[in-house]
Amino acid sequence: MTERGMTDVLAVQTRRKGRLRISKQLRTPLAITGGAIVVFWLVIALLAPSISPYDPLAQDFERLQAPGAEHWFGTDQVGRDVLSRVVSGAQVSIPLALMLVVFAMLIGSVLGAIAGYFGKAIDEMIMRIADLVFAFPTIILAMVIAAALGPSLTNAVIAMLIVSWPAYARVTRSLVLGARNAEYVIAGRLLGNGPFTSLGKDILPNVISPVVVLATLDVGTAILLLSGLSFLGLGAVPPTPDWGSMVADGVQQFSSWWIAAFPGLAILTVVLAFNFLGDALRDALDPRSQEAVQGRAL
Amino acid sequence: MPESSSAAPEKQGARAGIHPLARYLGVRAGLTILLLFGVTLVTFTLTNLVPADPVQAALGEQAAANPEIVAQFRANAGLDQPLPVQYVTYLGNVLQGDLGVSQQTRAPVADDLGKAFPATAELALAAILISIVLGVGLGMWAALRRRTITDQVIRVVSLIGISVPSFWLALVVYFVFFSQLRWFPGSGRLSPAAIPPPKVTGMYTVDSLLAGQWATFGDAVAHLILPAAVLALYTIGLLTRFARSAILEVLDLDYVRAARAKGLPGRVVVSRYVLRGALVPIITVLGVAFGSLLSGTVLVEKVYSWHGLGEYAYSAATKLDLPAIMGVGLVVGCVYIGLNFLVDVLYGFIDPRVRVA
Repeated sequence: MTERGMTDVLAVQTRRKGRLRISKQLRTPLAITGGAIVVFWLVIALLAPSISPYDPLAQDFERLQAPGAEHWFGTDQVGRDVLSRVVSGAQVSIPLALMLVVFAMLIGSVLGAIAGYFGKAIDEMIMRIADLVFAFPTIILAMVIAAALGPSLTNAVIAMLIVSWPAYARVTRSLVLGARNAEYVIAGRLLGNGPFTSLGKDILPNVISPVVVLATLDVGTAILLLSGLSFLGLGAVPPTPDWGSMVADGVQQFSSWWIAAFPGLAILTVVLAFNFLGDALRDALDPRSQEAVQGRAL
Repeated sequence: MPESSSAAPEKQGARAGIHPLARYLGVRAGLTILLLFGVTLVTFTLTNLVPADPVQAALGEQAAANPEIVAQFRANAGLDQPLPVQYVTYLGNVLQGDLGVSQQTRAPVADDLGKAFPATAELALAAILISIVLGVGLGMWAALRRRTITDQVIRVVSLIGISVPSFWLALVVYFVFFSQLRWFPGSGRLSPAAIPPPKVTGMYTVDSLLAGQWATFGDAVAHLILPAAVLALYTIGLLTRFARSAILEVLDLDYVRAARAKGLPGRVVVSRYVLRGALVPIITVLGVAFGSLLSGTVLVEKVYSWHGLGEYAYSAATKLDLPAIMGVGLVVGCVYIGLNFLVDVLYGFIDPRVRVA
């Protein structure tokens, strides 16, 4: 067997082992509840146009009606059906948050991998920029950037990308630093792999799973952040049915509690579901929590 | 904070034979100052390089159409200078406390921030106190009862804590505990009839205590409870999770087992051995938690008419008042960096390994 073959087998084995462990650990009540709620919201987002009872933008109804048989979630300050808007809101928040996390992960892990693999000046440059982003609390920096770019969903997402990539860069960098001098990587180099092949084919596949976990954990946070920016008026622009801006409408119409209550519940359930999933996934991949399973209570 | 700090200055320190703790603090202080400059660079870049034309914003459309006025304005504001020169000017202004003029209040941003800061500090300190007590307490309880139903319940509670949108919770809590139940006062920092205590710190609870005005103190605390509790929920969730895993990590270590083996009562083992060993990771996350509290105020203060940085930032954001927003970013960024520096200093004192490494 060639050395290349050996490393392949090793990689596959570790990956298989990891997968087995994950699927077992993910069968906890919390993870299943989280998964079910996520699927529920994904279905709503996919089917939104056909299941929403009314047009989410049409101002057809009497204003500020309390929830009732006609309008389960009531109507808002300009006479739009709140249920329809909550349903359509799933089409805004969830895909944007997922997309954001994927892009942040791609940008962050590529930059982090480059920093970790090549080191020196390029490492310094990338990581000092990352430090700078970490120097601000997240919402504050996202708010500052979104305000400077001007309010729109696209700009909100760009602002969030700028604040979220460094977390991935840090994790990937430290993982790459650890794997850079592993035997299988050196073997690959000796067999003539260039730096990018070595990085892309030998290192990244072996370090990517913690990064993916981080991304899963981040989906909930991303939805919270996006709705927070929209609440501030720096994300979705009216009349887009975004959950965060719907809660902001509720602040103006205080006695009509349903305007804010339902979109807020939507945010809460989605974020909670992603966090349930992420939590179980973190446990599954953390070797220490494996020990904790076997460990005795004090 | 940046664990990837530079190794070079530390080596130099070793050569000069400086005390390791002093060297550690020196390196941290240097990095902190660099970061503070970085923060001004970020706000400068965002104010100057963004699509929104500062000339247009400051002059209004009519004046901006006149090339002479525009040229005059650009020269006055130094906008015809090369960018590095502009940055130095900007930095000079910031260092002298000139953060520009707010477009909505027409007052210098620095003055507005100075008025708003104590209110937010009071709120954030109250919230962090609540979070430390409840978060570390819950985390410890969960760790000691790991893999039991208590552990699971605490886990769900802490996950709910980090999942609730704070701006929405603020509304719900306001509606339930003020509008419906009338248990707590709804908005503001004091009742309309109350007179603020003589200003020392600007924090009403502290100032009223200093002046011995008990009624005002009670009033200020009553106003503080709802917003502080709403803000704290997220950090309670965050701290619970961290405290739990930090405590689990030391629970099975040899020194803890030795303490138990020599027959020390469980309470002593937990407070003197376990908690102490878990302190460093818990303190680390406190810095992060405080940052998220400062962020949270932006989303929460508005609902409670709490005239702090958060409400100021909220109205600045909704009205796109750029100088004000950048001022908030600058101040909050600096406070956050300062806090993380404090955390680093605490590290140096608590954990001798940090100084050497």
